Amino acid sequence: MSNFKYLTNGLLKENPSFVLVLGTCPALAVTTSGINGVGMGAATLFVLVCSNVLISLLKNLIPDKVRIVAFIVVIASFVTIVDLVMKAFVPGLYSALGIFIPLIVVNCIILGRAEAFAQKNTVVRSLLDGLGMGIGFTIALAIMGSIREILGSGSFFGIKLLSENATTILLFILPPGAFLTYGYLIAISNRIKAKLN
Amino acid sequence: MAKLESSLKNMILCLFLISMVMSAALGLVYNVTKGPIELASKKGEIDALKVVLPEFDNDPTKEAKEIDGLTYYIGTKSGQTVGYAVKTFTDKGFSGRFDLMVGLLPDGTINNIAVLSQKETPGLGDKMKTNWKDQFKGKNPKDFKLLVKKDGGDVDAITASTISSRAFCDATQKAYDGYMKNYPQQETEGGQK
Repeated sequence: MSNFKYLTNGLLKENPSFVLVLGTCPALAVTTSGINGVGMGAATLFVLVCSNVLISLLKNLIPDKVRIVAFIVVIASFVTIVDLVMKAFVPGLYSALGIFIPLIVVNCIILGRAEAFAQKNTVVRSLLDGLGMGIGFTIALAIMGSIREILGSGSFFGIKLLSENATTILLFILPPGAFLTYGYLIAISNRIKAKLN
Repeated sequence: MAKLESSLKNMILCLFLISMVMSAALGLVYNVTKGPIELASKKGEIDALKVVLPEFDNDPTKEAKEIDGLTYYIGTKSGQTVGYAVKTFTDKGFSGRFDLMVGLLPDGTINNIAVLSQKETPGLGDKMKTNWKDQFKGKNPKDFKLLVKKDGGDVDAITASTISSRAFCDATQKAYDGYMKNYPQQETEGGQK
């Protein structure tokens, strides 16, 4: 069970959004609603797990000098797969996330985990690390999306909490609200981490 | 197994093989998803047509015609033309391009408008998807000026989203102008119905 810690690592101790502060661009841009956050998180989770596993499998076959190129080819392919699949089966979510799906290619978490973890560790550990990091990212985005949606549109995952004409804090749907929410959440997660230590 | 040495041969071989395998995988996924993607976009189109056109019983997507970047659909019921739908767009939106489907009665009166895709600010510009656009229903751009009131027109702009409202008018105007240009004979015929 010693491998278990690789799974939990990404959840709080090294949460990609709140602790490593990686992948900030999608975290700020797409979290205007809970469902967008979860969708983006799930897409990243899939790419992260697949690329971690494949890169870990190929780690000895990839010469050092071209490793980054090889990683990017692998990651870009998985992202394109996600892009096509989402376009085919969840067109609504696809149009809401827009350009941020193809942009998963340049998400630092994925290349970062490939470079810092998958190319040095076994397949099983890389899989667990990818899962942990991906779930951590998804949870972070879901929390951000929910808070912004509740405060900004008065609904929770599309379920209306307030009447149609109620005034909401529009700021939270707009970019400044993303930064505010993000800042407070990082502060809270630091607090929890300090308590746990 | 030891790590492969970074010799020129190894590097070329490795990148070549990885690219080959990944391209093959992508080709496979593309073929699998091609059908569903077409279906999904067609479904979106038909849903929009159902909203903007009066009741029809043909398949307007079959006879869709594209002229100057706009797509024209004709809705008929038992052979009788009931309305025209124009897929139109604007590049003047607050976040760039968005697409609308404008349904016109044969005399050019706006029947209804549907938003196909947009990236406007949630909570502000994207209110154009709500009942805001109902003000266009039953108006004929001949005597209903498709400009926001600030610009001397007849359209109530969305509060704090004048740019989105202007763009919406721009797209609608484009659809109306295109329709009048390409289907001019309908103007007199439709008036008698």
